[in-house]
Amino acid sequence: MKNFILMLSIVVLSSAMVQAHTTSFKDSTKTKNNPIIPDQDNAGLILPKGFGALKVTDAYGKPRHIAVTPEGYIYVKLARLYNGNGIYLLKDNNGDGRVDEGMGFGDYIGTGLALKNGYLYASSDENVYRYKLNNQHEVITPNKPEEIVYGLLNRREHESKSITLDNDGNLYVNIGAYSNSCQVQDRVPESPGMKPCPILDSAGGIWQFKVDQLHQTYGNGVHYASGLRNVVGLDWNTQTNTLFVMQHGRDQLHDNWPNLYTVQQSAELPAECMYEIHKGDNAGWPYIYYDQFQHKKILAPEYGGDGKKTAGEDAINPVIAFPGHLAPDGLLFYTGNMFPEKYKHGAFIAFHGSWNRAPLPQEGYYVVFVPFKNGKPSGEWEVFANGFAGKAPITSARNAHRPCGLAQGPDGSIYVTGDNKGAIYRIIYTGK
Amino acid sequence: MIKKINFIVSGFFLLWLIIAAIPPNQNNGIKASIQRGEKVYNKVCLPCHMADGGGVPNMNPPLIQTSYVLGNKTTLISIVLHGMTDRVAIDGDYYSNNMAPHNDLTDQQIADVLTFIRNSFGNKASAVIPSEVKAIRQKN
Repeated sequence: MKNFILMLSIVVLSSAMVQAHTTSFKDSTKTKNNPIIPDQDNAGLILPKGFGALKVTDAYGKPRHIAVTPEGYIYVKLARLYNGNGIYLLKDNNGDGRVDEGMGFGDYIGTGLALKNGYLYASSDENVYRYKLNNQHEVITPNKPEEIVYGLLNRREHESKSITLDNDGNLYVNIGAYSNSCQVQDRVPESPGMKPCPILDSAGGIWQFKVDQLHQTYGNGVHYASGLRNVVGLDWNTQTNTLFVMQHGRDQLHDNWPNLYTVQQSAELPAECMYEIHKGDNAGWPYIYYDQFQHKKILAPEYGGDGKKTAGEDAINPVIAFPGHLAPDGLLFYTGNMFPEKYKHGAFIAFHGSWNRAPLPQEGYYVVFVPFKNGKPSGEWEVFANGFAGKAPITSARNAHRPCGLAQGPDGSIYVTGDNKGAIYRIIYTGK
Repeated sequence: MIKKINFIVSGFFLLWLIIAAIPPNQNNGIKASIQRGEKVYNKVCLPCHMADGGGVPNMNPPLIQTSYVLGNKTTLISIVLHGMTDRVAIDGDYYSNNMAPHNDLTDQQIADVLTFIRNSFGNKASAVIPSEVKAIRQKN
């Protein structure tokens, strides 16, 4: 009997060791003897001291949002089909941190992607789907997703449907407004704003759906927040148990209202805002915008504003107001252990980079960090990763890498996608 | 003698005819139109189509070597006059921002700016003249 137990323990132990070995071989993030080495030039990025970066791939089209599994596998949603596929599962098979293998599926383009409780969630510009995962977090039936949400408005402008999930079985979907400022004629100089803005009943906000119900649409969902022009970066903050979103502020204050705004003012205004969202909140678009210099909600010129008149008493205030037109496309609250203590629970924001500052130089094209304490910003924001667009001044958007999606790996490293030229970066802390 | 003078005069006349047939002023005319067009571009078009004419990926279309810029002038003039709100592929890519009509510009300004665009950013195409703009403006 003793021998039997001994034998059994040996068998169990050795099988566990084999298991561990297989896992570590496949799982690049856990191979202790083979640590990930940053690229010599940090993949062209400029980072704080102690951080390094590597380009994990640039071979899969235009990656938008991204998620990383506990095994270190990467899922990306693509803005254009690549070899007929809109989603890729990317694997590193030799433990060097670089992608060796890609499996494509999903014949639709889009932005949103999230992993939660054994499912992969992905959005087209109209629908949200989910895919059941096996215990290795691989999609089981890539060609048969479940349709969770359908029929969301896509009228060209601000068409992407970004998603995030809470811990209570809810899915949050952004439906962007198909307009700059709800003018009678979109983006036409001095065209007045429609009042009330008819867009707001079905777009310009966040909708909440159930993660486990099929074929939901407007009627089944909760109109969770309104008055948000367009949100691409959003994340559920597990510290506050609330939704945080990054709004893309309106464009063309000078182009459309040259008598009220100078080119300089138009380049800086309005603020790109981070909002903490509670059910029923209204952020005020299109009637107001937030002026980060006056620290006020200002009546939009389309509704009789002159750059000074305040309005929107019922609209929420931003948690943070960033400079204008930086285009926040990714938001991630950091819960990892790899980075130094100051980064814990703080926010990383991927700024896609501006175009509406022309003829002045463009801004953004970087990832910023904001420290948080007790669910509130505890310091000034700082540029964390720069160099995506090369050296300043930036005058062209098309030649730049443009940060878009953010994800945290199981080891606490951070992944950043660049959707314009296709690079996926991984940023690690080396202490060196 | 008179014959000789006649011969020389007719010779000059012929030469003048040949030069006139090449339109000797066209190069200068295009040059001036391009220069005027650049000013219009910087004020009206550059905020969206950018200084390099490269546009903004997925949002504002590029003006570099695209079929819309180099192709049918009627379509191009119509877009400037009436704006663009349709979802159409431009050389395989889609762009989401709406373009405002620019019918407040004069025929001359539209001709100049399109001539500038068709001869900048690596483009090389024929000039647009005000009468072409006028014809399309009147049609619609």
